[in-house]
Amino acid sequence: MAAMIAIRNLTKRFGAITAVDDVSFAVGQGEVLGFLGPNGAGKSTTMKMLAGFLAPTAGTAAVCGFDVQQQPIQAKSQLGYLPEGAPAYPDMTPRGFLAFVAAVRGFDGAERAKRIASAVERANLQDVLEQPIDTLSKGFKRRVGLAQALIHDPKVLVLDEPTDGLDPNQKYEVRRLIEAMAADKAIVVSTHILEEVEAACTRVIIIAGGKVVADGTPSALAARDPIHNAVLVRLDPASAPAASRKFGMLAGVKSIEEIEGGAGLLIRPADGRPLITEIGALARTEPWRVSELRVEQGRLETVFRHITGGLKSAAPAATA
Amino acid sequence: MRAISIIFRRELAAYFATPLAYVFIVVFLVLAGSLTFFLGSFFDRGQADLQPFFTFHPWLYLFLIPAIAMRLWAEERKTGTIELFLTLPVTTTQAVLGKFLAAWVFCGIALALTFPLWFTVNVLGSPDNGVILASYLGSWLMAGAFLAIGAAVSALTKNQVIAFVVAAVVCFVLTVSGSSVVLGFFTGWAPQTVVDTVASFSFISHFTSVMRGVIDVKDMVYFLSLIVFFLFANAVVVELKKAD
Repeated sequence: MAAMIAIRNLTKRFGAITAVDDVSFAVGQGEVLGFLGPNGAGKSTTMKMLAGFLAPTAGTAAVCGFDVQQQPIQAKSQLGYLPEGAPAYPDMTPRGFLAFVAAVRGFDGAERAKRIASAVERANLQDVLEQPIDTLSKGFKRRVGLAQALIHDPKVLVLDEPTDGLDPNQKYEVRRLIEAMAADKAIVVSTHILEEVEAACTRVIIIAGGKVVADGTPSALAARDPIHNAVLVRLDPASAPAASRKFGMLAGVKSIEEIEGGAGLLIRPADGRPLITEIGALARTEPWRVSELRVEQGRLETVFRHITGGLKSAAPAATA
Repeated sequence: MRAISIIFRRELAAYFATPLAYVFIVVFLVLAGSLTFFLGSFFDRGQADLQPFFTFHPWLYLFLIPAIAMRLWAEERKTGTIELFLTLPVTTTQAVLGKFLAAWVFCGIALALTFPLWFTVNVLGSPDNGVILASYLGSWLMAGAFLAIGAAVSALTKNQVIAFVVAAVVCFVLTVSGSSVVLGFFTGWAPQTVVDTVASFSFISHFTSVMRGVIDVKDMVYFLSLIVFFLFANAVVVELKKAD
């Protein structure tokens, strides 16, 4: 699989500040890369360099094999880019704006009309086509930016916070749009909404302090959560102490934690293997009135906070 | 060429999408007209020419042209659209030229709308229309030089007011460098070549000769080289500062 986005040793310094520090990654066709990181971590700066807006201090970025700095026109032709904040000319109408972008991208006449119609339909802009962009709501502005990025059906899509300011229905629509387009494109999406990453992305990169600190599938990253593969047992609080004692005698149990004031037990395994079978078998023979039994998958949010320093608990740095 | 023309059309339409174009044209026409009639003594001179009209152009352009030029880049940076614009498949040169040409043609439209004055002199007498045409051309070239300066300054900031003030000051310096006040400061102690050099930078001295109907290559070269130089500076500034 040829890499449609290739970033090598990309570095950007602003004076004494290193915003992006030796970042390398590649994205292939069919991949949807969720780009995560705290504010100021270097997400947008990386995306700006990939889109050819900022010149890197060191390193290279290539789109479909075209170096963004050496062959900017070819690289930009293959790329659809939604900048942070979805800027658009405020005095233009969405129709005029999309016509301008389509014209610059080389579409004329009937082909241009077709492209505009298709982008309008994908972004659901039919109702506001003739209103100045200035007067549109935040959600519509975002969708105008999205339509603009899609108009030439690019091989590579770079979307900086595409769902910021959208309501839950619109977020869902955008996610569906991304999924529908994913097969033949390479897509990079930055976001702060972690559920979105789990729902729409095939891969996650977490960046902090300008460096890539994690790279993997959403489930692999979630598995770094210390809670991963712990078994949650919800039962009658009266029997919790007895149950806790009995579960503690099972082989492979590392620790048992009472949660929710005794209404639940969190049983952590010693070797990372979920003990659900053993626990289930034991629970069936006892009169504890178990109402729930489930293996915890771990949460991306916890992992994100661990990795990016938002959570400085005693939990050990997990390994995946 | 294609990209330049697309950018050109968008920019020209952008002037007319807001009241800016109409306010500018009305103010320009009112000022140009009243200066011609009141300060320029258009009727009292008893001569059928447009010299009183053109004489005031450098002074009008001094603050009206920076008002057109200030939005060219500062507004793009303020609204963030510069990031969108420059990540489209266009080169910086195309972007700079498209924007400049749109503003320049807009000035040409405003200038062309002064045609009633030309009618008037032709009704009242028989002016040398060749001189008038040369003066119009010269005035438009001068407007282009003012604009190129304004565009380059506009690329330096995201604040349109600063862009306006700085461009007006730069244009003022270039305009008055030929006046007796500035030259008087240099004459006496500086060598004659210095005085001549300072004078040769002046908009007014070049425009005055054009206004007499003499289309001198020297004056054309002066205005065109100013345009080229400042557009080049504009492109460099855009490249260097686009992300600040």
